[in-house]
Amino acid sequence: MGDFTFQELTSIFAMQGFVGISLFSVLLLMALGLAIIFGQMGVINMAHGEFMALGAYTTYMLSMFTRTHYPELMPYYFFFAIIASFLVAGLVGYLTEFALIRHLYKRPLDTLLATWGLSLIMQQSFRTFFGSREVSPTLPDWLMGSWMPTDTIFIPINGMFILGLTTVVTFAVYYLMYRSSWGLNVRATTQNRVMSGAVGINTKQVDRLTFALGCGIAGIAGAAFTTIASTGPTSGSLYIVDTFMVVVFGGAASLFGTIASAFTIAQAQSILEFFISSSMAKVLTLLTLIIILMIRPEGLFASKVRK
Amino acid sequence: MKYFSRRKFLGKTSNLIGAMLAAGLMSTSVMATEFPTAEVNTTGLAVTDDTVTVGILHSLTGTMAISETGAMEAARLAIKQINESGGILGRQIEVILEDGASDWPTFAEKARKLLISDKAAAVFGCWTSASRKAVLPVFEQHNGILYYPTFYEGLEQSKNVIYTGQEATQQILAGLDWVAEEKDAKTFFLIGSDYIWPRTSMKIARIHIEQVLGGRVVGEEYVPLGDVQFGSIINRLRLRKPDVIFAAVVGGSNVAWFRQLNAAGINADNQTLLTLSVTEDEVLGIGGENLEGFYSVMKYFQSLDNPNNKAFVEAFKAEYGQDSVIGDVTQAAYLGPWLWKAAVEKAGSFDIDKIVEVSRTGEIELDTAPEGYVRLHPNHHLWSHTRIGKWNRDGQATVVYESPELIEPNPFPEGYQ
Repeated sequence: MGDFTFQELTSIFAMQGFVGISLFSVLLLMALGLAIIFGQMGVINMAHGEFMALGAYTTYMLSMFTRTHYPELMPYYFFFAIIASFLVAGLVGYLTEFALIRHLYKRPLDTLLATWGLSLIMQQSFRTFFGSREVSPTLPDWLMGSWMPTDTIFIPINGMFILGLTTVVTFAVYYLMYRSSWGLNVRATTQNRVMSGAVGINTKQVDRLTFALGCGIAGIAGAAFTTIASTGPTSGSLYIVDTFMVVVFGGAASLFGTIASAFTIAQAQSILEFFISSSMAKVLTLLTLIIILMIRPEGLFASKVRK
Repeated sequence: MKYFSRRKFLGKTSNLIGAMLAAGLMSTSVMATEFPTAEVNTTGLAVTDDTVTVGILHSLTGTMAISETGAMEAARLAIKQINESGGILGRQIEVILEDGASDWPTFAEKARKLLISDKAAAVFGCWTSASRKAVLPVFEQHNGILYYPTFYEGLEQSKNVIYTGQEATQQILAGLDWVAEEKDAKTFFLIGSDYIWPRTSMKIARIHIEQVLGGRVVGEEYVPLGDVQFGSIINRLRLRKPDVIFAAVVGGSNVAWFRQLNAAGINADNQTLLTLSVTEDEVLGIGGENLEGFYSVMKYFQSLDNPNNKAFVEAFKAEYGQDSVIGDVTQAAYLGPWLWKAAVEKAGSFDIDKIVEVSRTGEIELDTAPEGYVRLHPNHHLWSHTRIGKWNRDGQATVVYESPELIEPNPFPEGYQ
């Protein structure tokens, strides 16, 4: 590695730094929805990945629709796609809670099985409606390529876009959960369901909306990921492992824990990746996680829920 | 004698319409009665006086369905065309379609079903090496025959398998020779998904680069299957500044890899990239704009300009829609039924042992293959040309190089293991 100028090396380190930040925003966006559902409701949503895929497919459909009917709107459709993905995934989540989850609150292990079954149903539906080939929406030109602050630094625009989106979503979730009266109801229900009901909170409605919100955020994540990778019927299962890793490591019911956990995992992963192979980096990251979880089974930040 | 001349005539007919016309004229002259079932089928296969049953075994569901659907469609098209041209030894081919579901034990189970309960006279299928390895013992134990379409890592030669795709050396060596010569490449960066095919391929590539081409491998990377984060690898790539990136990334990772490469400002203007794992099928997902100017090394591209291929592409699109694309493996899967037909007719029998025997004479050949003339080597692989395609924005490749000779398949390359 002798023939590098100081400038080249700095650029590469700057870009590698952004890789870490970019991975952090991806992990966080994936995990937010699950953290809300798992943290607030104690439901392990195995179909979380499929809700992401649902968002991705919504984006794909909207891109096809815009291209054929309103080609002049192509540069802007992606914003509508994000909103549409949130609504579609949220609506499906709402119906899922109504039809499936609410019957199983007292049997947490059964929700695991039921949502896993749901994920299989959703995968096969994607396959039936969209075919088994992977699809990707036509991205607006401004999302492609990279930003070059200097001649040798390339910062991918889609990475920055996801970073921005994650920031917005995180603050929105923070506001909803910790600053709005609805969030107060959610947290009250989490802490003591019976008491909350007694003071007049419609706990069933709270459950339903919380679940819908978590699924809707998964939809947003799915829409964002169409800028990174293609979407196939089983794409969701690729993301689910990372998502659970972030949530479990961060500690359930803690927004801050999820953020810290996503950041730690992303930095560890990207720094290791730069020096050793990706497979080994993954092995080391997971090993470290296991060890930390053995010492601190409740994750980085334990939730303060009455047991 | 009459039979022989018909076979020869059909063999020389170079397009589908010709074959169908010929079938119309000739089908009455080749009756199944000339080949009594008792004589052409001494081992109890599913052959009646007017039908013969074969199996197609591909993943129609699960993660591999993306890739295997095309291969399944091509095999069905070939069988349909064979039936329209009068069938095989006067018998119409019936197909039993089985779904391997992207799950290797399921492949083995379905193979067992096809061979034991269905008595399939031949099976066309499998895509990944893992699925082939899973069914191999079944085919060997029950003496079936499998036509396997994918380009693969080599190091295998079973009596019960005919490999219609290229083995690793056919694909890799010619590609590396071309890029070393044409681009004056000295340094190579190898990257692949982390499983047997990319690893074996890269092992062969490294030996060839270091010992034959006198070049240098400046990086060798493997990414976990399904991984979509390539930022770190791209940065390492920048540190090493290779003349050529030699890639074998597969599946969903492939899309992310090329997109992120493009977003990072690495494109054909400033980097030569040669890949083993991109066919027209993959381009659909990756997007032509992310691949423009990069190279693939394959034996077949949809854009090949010859009459056989024109007829094939036309027939395929007529059957499966104008938007369908045809990749290397799809074409190789199309060859399976035709090679089987050639072998059965040469042997005058459906018996597996006789088919294998004639297949090993080195005389089974097809003039009508979309990729051009092919011949079966006694080692069960095909002699074939290797071609380099340069990708265009529209998702099709321009063939920029074609090996002058048919390249001999060499599944156990000495010095490369």
